[in-house]
Order: sequence, then C-alpha cells, then structure tokens
Amino acid sequence: MNQMLEVRNLSKIHGRGCPRCFDSTGPDMDTNICAHCGSVVAAHGVSFDLRAGEILGIMGESGSGKSTLVKTLFFDETPTVGEVLFFDGERQWDLFALNAAEQRWLRNHRFGMVYQNPHLGLNFKVSAGGNIAERLLMSDLSHYGEIRERARRLLARTEVLPERMDESPKKFSGGMQQRVQIAKALATQPPLLFLDEVTTGLDLSVQARILDLILEIQQELGTAMIVVTHDLGVIRLLAGRTIVMKYGRVIESGLTDQILEDPQHAYTQRLVASSL
Amino acid sequence: MQPVLKVEALSKQFQLYEQGKLIPSCADVHLEVQAGALTALIGPTGAGKSSVLKCIHRTYLPTSGRMLYRDRDNHVTDLALASEHRILELRHSDIGFVTQFLHCLPRKAALDVVAEPLLARGEGAGGARERAAELLALLNVPERLWGVPPATFSGGEKQRVNLARGLIARPRLLLLDEPTASLDPATTGRVVDLIERIKAEGVAMLAIFHQPELVNRLADRVVELTPPVAATELLETCTS
Repeated sequence: MNQMLEVRNLSKIHGRGCPRCFDSTGPDMDTNICAHCGSVVAAHGVSFDLRAGEILGIMGESGSGKSTLVKTLFFDETPTVGEVLFFDGERQWDLFALNAAEQRWLRNHRFGMVYQNPHLGLNFKVSAGGNIAERLLMSDLSHYGEIRERARRLLARTEVLPERMDESPKKFSGGMQQRVQIAKALATQPPLLFLDEVTTGLDLSVQARILDLILEIQQELGTAMIVVTHDLGVIRLLAGRTIVMKYGRVIESGLTDQILEDPQHAYTQRLVASSL
Repeated sequence: MQPVLKVEALSKQFQLYEQGKLIPSCADVHLEVQAGALTALIGPTGAGKSSVLKCIHRTYLPTSGRMLYRDRDNHVTDLALASEHRILELRHSDIGFVTQFLHCLPRKAALDVVAEPLLARGEGAGGARERAAELLALLNVPERLWGVPPATFSGGEKQRVNLARGLIARPRLLLLDEPTASLDPATTGRVVDLIERIKAEGVAMLAIFHQPELVNRLADRVVELTPPVAATELLETCTS
C-alpha cells in the first residue's frame, strides 16, 4: 500500500503562547493549559503516517487534542508548527506551504470531513440535495441534471430517502443528518476522509447502522480514513491502527487489537479497563 | 527445509500499572513450524500457550525474543520488530489466526463473516460467498444458519464459523487456539479431516488442542510449555 499522509511534529497552541508552553503542559504535567501564559496546547509533536485505503483511529478523552488534529489536516485550523505531506497519485502536497486557493481545492476535491456537529458540515439553509450540489459545484461539475442525478445516487447510497432530497436537513433526525454529511463528503470521491466523533450522541441502533455504512464504503471505494472518537467500540470496529492521545500528546500507538488487549501505557490501560 | 516460523527465546510479561504488578505470561519459548506440518503447543493452564499465539499475531507485544517468519520470497521478518503496516500486510496475505472466540460484526450474516477476508482482498462477492458456503458445508454448519448473524449461534457453531473464516484466505501460517474445544465428536472429526487436508496443501500450523488424542493424531512436533515463575516484585514506581 502506498503512503498517503505523513504528519510530522504537528503542534497547535490556542492563545498567544510563550516559550514555556510545551514544557509546562502534557500528560506529565496533567494539563494542557500553560501555567505561564494561560494558552491551551491542543496538540504538540504529533507525528504519524497513513497508507492509502487504511483506517486510522485517534482515541482520547475530551481535551486530548484529537479533534484539533483532524481539523488542522482539513484546514479548519492553522497549525502553530509542523509539516504534513499528502501523496496523491503522482503529486505530492506540502499542506501548510500551500496558498489558500490550493488548500481550498484539496478540501473540495481530495478530502472529505464528517463533523460530530452537523451544523459544521451542512448548510441548513438549503436542501439535502442542495448541500451535495454545493460541493459538486465547487469541484467544477456544473451541469444541473448531472449534479442532481449524482446527489440522488449519493443519498440513496447513504440510505437517505430520495423523496426527502429537497427538504432542508434541519428537519432530519441526527442519524439522517450524519448520512447527508457522509454523502456530501463522498460527493467528489475523495481518497481521504476525516470522521470526527460521527456517531457520538446518536441512538445505539442508529450508531450501528452508520458504522456499517462507513465500513461498506471503505470496502467499496478503498477510501483512507482518520476516525476520531472516544468510543473504544468504534475504534475496535473500524480502525486497523490506533493512536492514543492525552493533553495534546500521542502517548501510545499500535495495532488496534494490541492497543485494546495489551495496552502499554498506564493511561491506555485505565481507558481500556474502564470500558469493559 | 527452512522453517516458516522460528521462535527464539520468546517471553511476554504484562506490566499492569494500576495494580503495580508485573505478570509473567510465557518465558523462554523456542519453537519451529515447518510448511505442511503442525507444531502443537502443550502444557497446563497458565503456561502461556495462547499468549505465544497472540505474540506471533502481535495482538500482544513480546517483551523479548525473536519470531522469525519466512515469506514466499524467502524473506525473513522478525515479527517482534516488524512495523505495524508490515504486520497488517502479513495478516492480510500470510498469517491466519483462529481463536477460541468469534469476534465479528454483530449484524453480519455468517456467510459474509466467513467471506470477509476474501472481500477485503478485493475478490468478487459472488465467488467469495461460494467459497464460504463450501467451507461451512464442509464443517457441517446447517445451511439455515448461513444467512443469520452468528451472535445467536451455539459455541460449537460459532467456532466452526471462526474456523471457516480463518481457512478461507488460505494462509501460509495458521495459528489455531483450541479449534475443537466446543465441538461434538462427529464435528471434531470433520475439523480434523480439514486440518489434515490443509496440512497436505503445505500450510504451516501452530496449534493448541484441548484433547491429547488430537495432538497425537495431528502434531508433527510437540512443544511443551511450563508456567513462568510468578514475579512477586512490585513496581518501584508507577509513572503514568
């Protein structure tokens, strides 16, 4: 399998930051707030690789920096320092050296994001079909009939009733909104998808069907995914490899079954023990 | 002939921070597995038989020792040190693991559970299901169960689904953890026949069997493990 993403030494500070931020935060200090300047160190020194078609899990409790990480990769946030290379066929992109237009192009064409909060991923002022059309338009498809047909097929694939495609997603249930988000993210057939707590807060039965859908899509399209979650069940089901984060740092990484059955770090042992 | 797998001085200890304990699981294990032959692991409960299999599969990280796997191209990989991606590749194409318990998607039909390793390799759904059906029939799983998720199956039925799933991908090295533990004699007979058949096809196997008579019948080599000495030492510090 080919390399898709190389993340090197990524850090993100919310706030003005000071020279002592990194030394005064992290798992050893038991905080992510710098005692000297009050800034929040959301991520520090994060490095990992992702291969094409692989699902990587990022696990951690709230405030561990896992969401910040994927939001940075999707250009929702700017990193404080760090380098990310994205390999796409023949091309190689140095993500944070790109200009805004190039970043937007990658977001629209090569990446997809599904947020925990559907308000971040969907425009509630337009219909479900319109949301998908928006993304298709941004990726240079402009024939009305073609766009509508693609939107219909995508919604059908994610099991949203076609007769509801002209309704606003505002009226949809939480699970249905996530399905529209997934359809929208997949519209441009991106090779890389970010999933940020996509099933958190949904009913168990709805969660299960969304996870099934994600696995099916991964198998059909071979999409690489980074799955952020605090739910060990989601990690077990989806991810081949897993990274564990705490207070912005990666404290452990490994094969998912090894992380769950033979966790090496005290914190991971506690996490796994408390879930069983 | 060079062995497919050679394990040297393998040890595994669990360091449990919460309890401040170091638990030895297996110690100084040496073994070899040849192509077309079965090596049986024997020993009392607590001797670390399952741990050895899990270390080879890298579900456990070995504490020390080497686990040298020789692939089709005669290239040797130390499974103890191999990258996660290399291990995933080998699990995909070379190394199969049949555990005592079936871990699978709760909502998938038995036939699809069995076919999954082939689908993951990109084979067509039709052919994969056909192979899965053959194996389930061979293992005497009633056809009326094929379309049902295995969650509600009896222990023996689950075990056979698990075995079919482990065999369908035709691994070069197969790790078997009590594959007949909850089977009746007739079904055990079928499993034994199947193991003999895949052995004849050249698969290297490392197995744990509940019943000594199966060891006698199937094993080409026997490796006996003894429980490691219990370390009572408490961890000096419990750094998190």
